[in-house]
Amino acid sequence: MVANESTKRNILSLLVDNKPGVLSRVAGFFSGRGFNIDSLCVSETTDPLVSRITLVAMGDMAILEQIKKQLNKLINVIKVMDFTDTEFVQRETALIKVRAKVNQRAEILRMVDIFRAKVVDVASEYYTIEITGDEGKLSAFLRLLKPLGIKEIARTGVVALAREKK
Amino acid sequence: MDTIFGYPGGATVDIYNELVKTEIGHITVRHEQGAVHAADGYARASGKVGVCLVTSGPGATNTVSGIASAFMDSIPVVVLTGQVPTSLIGNDAFQEVDIVGITRPCTKHNYLVKDVRELSQTVREAFFIARSGRPGPVLVDLPKDVIQSRATYKTIKEVRLRSYNPTYEPNAKQLPKVVKLIRESTRPVILAGGGVILSGASDALRKFAKKIQSPVTATLMGLGGFPASHPLWLGMIGMHGTYRANMASGECDLLIAIGARFDDRVTGRTDTFARGAKIVHIDIDPTSIRKNVPVAIPIVGDCKITLEKLNKILEQEDLGDFKKIRRPWFRQIEKWKATQPLAYHQEDMIKPQFVIEKLYEVTKGKAIITTEVGQNQMWAAQFYKFDYPNCFITSGGLGCMGFGFPAALGAQIACPGKLVVDVAGDASIQMNIQEMATAVQYNLPVKIVVLNNGYMGMVRQWQQLFYEKRYACTEMEAAPDFVKLAEAYGAVGLRATRPEEVEQVLNKGMSTKKPVIMDFVVEREECVYPMVPAGSPITEMLLV
Ligand SMILES: Cc1ncc(C[n+]2csc(CCOP(=O)(O)OP(=O)(O)O)c2C)c(N)n1
Ligand SMILES: [Mg+2]
Repeated sequence: MVANESTKRNILSLLVDNKPGVLSRVAGFFSGRGFNIDSLCVSETTDPLVSRITLVAMGDMAILEQIKKQLNKLINVIKVMDFTDTEFVQRETALIKVRAKVNQRAEILRMVDIFRAKVVDVASEYYTIEITGDEGKLSAFLRLLKPLGIKEIARTGVVALAREKK
Repeated sequence: MDTIFGYPGGATVDIYNELVKTEIGHITVRHEQGAVHAADGYARASGKVGVCLVTSGPGATNTVSGIASAFMDSIPVVVLTGQVPTSLIGNDAFQEVDIVGITRPCTKHNYLVKDVRELSQTVREAFFIARSGRPGPVLVDLPKDVIQSRATYKTIKEVRLRSYNPTYEPNAKQLPKVVKLIRESTRPVILAGGGVILSGASDALRKFAKKIQSPVTATLMGLGGFPASHPLWLGMIGMHGTYRANMASGECDLLIAIGARFDDRVTGRTDTFARGAKIVHIDIDPTSIRKNVPVAIPIVGDCKITLEKLNKILEQEDLGDFKKIRRPWFRQIEKWKATQPLAYHQEDMIKPQFVIEKLYEVTKGKAIITTEVGQNQMWAAQFYKFDYPNCFITSGGLGCMGFGFPAALGAQIACPGKLVVDVAGDASIQMNIQEMATAVQYNLPVKIVVLNNGYMGMVRQWQQLFYEKRYACTEMEAAPDFVKLAEAYGAVGLRATRPEEVEQVLNKGMSTKKPVIMDFVVEREECVYPMVPAGSPITEMLLV
């Protein structure tokens, strides 16, 4: 999607009934309007009957406003929170399989240390690194690793919660 | 609920086996689309929930147009579909379709029942959701093994869903703001939508309009929500609205929209719509508000409750001089009315508008009118004066050809004593003509008025006006003899080819106690005017 002034990265957090088909209803509102979902994370909350969906989508604010209202209207959606203009904490975890030639291993480990990441698997030619952080941290880390040769990445997608008042 | 509209099949045969032992009536239609439209018509005429029962696979897919139509028009319908046994779901089993997936975007909600213990709760929820808040169709998919198993029925007094709580009561803080705008306005217009009819707000609306001395227009769905014989009535708004209604909406300084959703057929070009007006929007569905037009005062709430509250506040207000303040506005409206009435000239051939005017006279304005889609629908809306709610039944949002006849059957079941007339086009009527057998079987004396122009008239009109008269594929080059067709079904067929025969045929048709097709052979290339070309401001109309 082409970014313009009214286009923004939106983080929505939904509390929904933990039932089959609910994710499809939610996703349908985006696909039905030609919106791409950039990341999506679903899991049970402390209440096993309720799931939290954290969803990141780029899009025109006016249309997203409409989507938010429509989501609120879904029978299985309990609550819709939009973190776009509020204080919130967000985290994402990535597993990165990076090429680790003998002469580059020290460099990789240094970066892992600086970013407080972790090497979770070591093979003869590859390290698999686990890193958690916000968007900025993950993309900075990936940028630094890229020249070394990234073989595969798996990312969880953003999870987020609103900050409580101090 | 006293009647189910349905069509049996392998997946529902168990239900049918039990159904015939109950008091619930069943109308066996001839096509499942007809079942949903009939349930829709039943719901609109009675204010109750319409119910359908169909089998899995093709039975279920045949309901989709009906469901989508009910969805667009916010009509409470519950559709029960049979499904293959749970053990076979996902196996491409015989007559399996994922109807819950297919109808997800065109139902208010839908369910797949996987355990018989959930059945009674689910059915309760389905009815509750269908009729509450902004109403809509709800589908419940019933696998064969669930239907066949036994469970003890639990009575459920009240349905509560934590994630679904429609707002009926308007925010009290908003109401005085509306009164203030009314006081400041010299050129108000009230726009009534389908919500007025769905919430039963027409009495409250009449009181409100009279008190604030505001003219009233309505959307297609809102017709009958305000009496067409009332001096404050402007006629319908929109693409084929009256000249004065569209002009008044363009020039007003306050627009009070009640239960309307600002469809593109109503607003024309949105950035010019009611440009100089402050808009008050009352609607039970928050997603309708500020969707298409900017709104000064949004009020989420039930139309009837909100209008009654406003009326209560207004009772305490002295608006005595309003008649005087509004005089120039009414004078202007009279001028619009005088220059551009809904004009047509009755010549040698029967004009379709003339048929509708005569229909109004012959039925004394008391019939329930359903329509098909196209020119016939617009002429019915323009020339039949609807004084009562729940009497104009049309597929507004979806514009689904084939709606009117089965909807008329549903309306006739809901109101056995009333005269029910389907105003039809020669093309549309053929989309669900098979329901004539249903009408004959159950003695439903529905009348069909075919405005037979030999064309898919509305599309031909677009071709005439915007496509250099290239009538590509819109002529009905072969058509049945509608009189013989009626007779073949065991119904009555009548025909008029000359203007002087119109009244006689209508009188004869209306007094026949059987289903009747009246074939009016009308002027072939008549157009519906006024017309606002799609995407133009509604004040820029093509006129006769
Ligand atoms: C199911 C369906 N298919 C196609 C259309 C497009 N359409 C709108 S009006 C119309 C012509 C209807 O012709 P007829 O029933 O004869 O009515 P007339 O306009 O001639 O009065 C068509 C094809 C539609 N609305 N619905
Ligand atoms: Mg026609």
